[in-house]
Amino acid sequence: MTALTANAAPSRWSNNRAARRFMRHRLALLGLAMIIFLSLACVLGPHLLPYDSLYIDLRARFAPPLTGYHFLGTDPLGRDVAARLLMAGRISLLVGFFAMVLSTLIGTLVGVIAGYRGGWVGATLMRTVDGFLSFPSIFLLLALAAALKPSPVMITVIIALTSWMEVARIVEAEVRSLREREFVLAGRMLGLSGTHIMFREILPNAMGPIIVASTLTVARAILMEAYISFLGYGIQPPLPSWGNMLNGAQQYLGSAPWLAIIPGAAITIAVTSFNFIGDGLRDALDVRDDHI
Amino acid sequence: MRGFLLNRLLQSLVLLVIVSIIGFGILNLLPGGPLAQFGLDPGMTQQDIERLKGLLGLDRPIWIQYLDWAWRLVRGDWGHSFRDGAPVLDVIGSHLFATLLLMGSSTVIAISIGAWIGIRGATRRYSLFDYLATVGAMVALSVPTFWFGLVGIYVFSLKLGWLPAGNMSEIGDASILGYLHHLILPSIVLSLVHVAIWSRYMRTATLDAISQDFVKTARAKGLSERRILMKHVVGNALLPMITLAGMQLPSVLTGALVTETVFTWPGMGRLFLDSLGYSDYPVVMGLLMFSAILVLLGNLIADIVVAIVDPRIRLA
Repeated sequence: MTALTANAAPSRWSNNRAARRFMRHRLALLGLAMIIFLSLACVLGPHLLPYDSLYIDLRARFAPPLTGYHFLGTDPLGRDVAARLLMAGRISLLVGFFAMVLSTLIGTLVGVIAGYRGGWVGATLMRTVDGFLSFPSIFLLLALAAALKPSPVMITVIIALTSWMEVARIVEAEVRSLREREFVLAGRMLGLSGTHIMFREILPNAMGPIIVASTLTVARAILMEAYISFLGYGIQPPLPSWGNMLNGAQQYLGSAPWLAIIPGAAITIAVTSFNFIGDGLRDALDVRDDHI
Repeated sequence: MRGFLLNRLLQSLVLLVIVSIIGFGILNLLPGGPLAQFGLDPGMTQQDIERLKGLLGLDRPIWIQYLDWAWRLVRGDWGHSFRDGAPVLDVIGSHLFATLLLMGSSTVIAISIGAWIGIRGATRRYSLFDYLATVGAMVALSVPTFWFGLVGIYVFSLKLGWLPAGNMSEIGDASILGYLHHLILPSIVLSLVHVAIWSRYMRTATLDAISQDFVKTARAKGLSERRILMKHVVGNALLPMITLAGMQLPSVLTGALVTETVFTWPGMGRLFLDSLGYSDYPVVMGLLMFSAILVLLGNLIADIVVAIVDPRIRLA
């Protein structure tokens, strides 16, 4: 992320200024700390816990949290909820991160081409964006997830395919306004190719909004994975994800509420943290507040 | 106005074509494509499938197949459900009311609470209330709707016993009060995200309106702050909210699907999941296209309403 900011800022001075502004944003720092903590816990935690996330212990079913040997209790098969939560976090965070990478790539590519070329190419691309946005995302996600085999990689691709439009819109607007600037004209007069101007001259100057949008896309992607996994069309058991841990939880809501409360809290904390970071980056990089 | 209307209608038609192309693409991605229903029948042989392909014209070029499919949509022939053979449009129609009821009541909650928070935050900018509302909105946007529903059921149905945990009414009880009782929890759950969105937009819109010259004029005339707020600021701030209501439709529909699942609410979202579970692809495709058309229509209506209310847009 720092490498990208360096590109966005024309000088070292404003780069430091952006970093300083970010450091003053308390909620963003809190979010960053939470994400670092969650990532470390998910990477290291499973090695430290005495239980395997897939180990079934039928003598210890439905153990409540903070009692006995299981810190966060056990599920209907007697599996340790804490171990499952951390393994699920790996999946959910990875799916969220890579879905963001993929959708940012698609959205940036479409946005840059549409914004720079304009004309009927731009119009066609942007109307396609509108077309995708006309579908309620969950209907699109579920139909695609049912059509394609739901492996973690495929889920990532599907989420990316349904969340690149926002980035495309932001980049298109940014590129369209940058296209008329003097440095682009200078590039043309130097005889640079269109590709070079688009990706080497214009794109670095549009980096701020892209970084903000991609941070918010991670939050969205984690939520989307949770939605489709909760509904049973996302990550498939025995592989745990925060969403599919909640999948069977509703029927035990009366007897074992922690099965529903704990994974949902994890999702909420992770998504809130990314939204806080995105908010901080928006202030730090001085991105227009068109959205929320 | 006529020019505006024609222009806007044309835009919607272009979008409708693009939406239908995306839909057709997904239809062909589904396992078995348009022939999925026959794949479920154990009596079908490969020859039968090939013959059907010829009969249904699936051996024709893809763009002719698309035109054929799109024309059937336009004529209202959306196919039949695999489950009971009922026409898809009838199946959707019988689930439409429940969804619209849920969406409507949650939108009323979202707009009234969201607008109140937004206006209060804008008039008391940088106050503790404003700060908490800003942070609260970001958290509310991050809560998975289904989880909020589960927590709601746990607290209000299982622990306190105040509200029913699901369904639209008790069997044999068709009273309005019974429906309302069942409506409360799902509408609140569905509205949470949108309260957050409305409050953010309303805050920005109110701040925009407050900085306008006509507010200065009103102050100079000696109108009370309250009157300025109610008559001049809020009225103008609410205008962009009509457009927003249209733009929020896809997200409300997404929330409705999840909420309906948690609360076993007999609406379109629940129907979509059930149909997916039964591989009832004609209904799945029908709902996919229907929801997109609903969104296009909602945006069109919102834009027309804004144009009627605001002469600046229709005359521009």
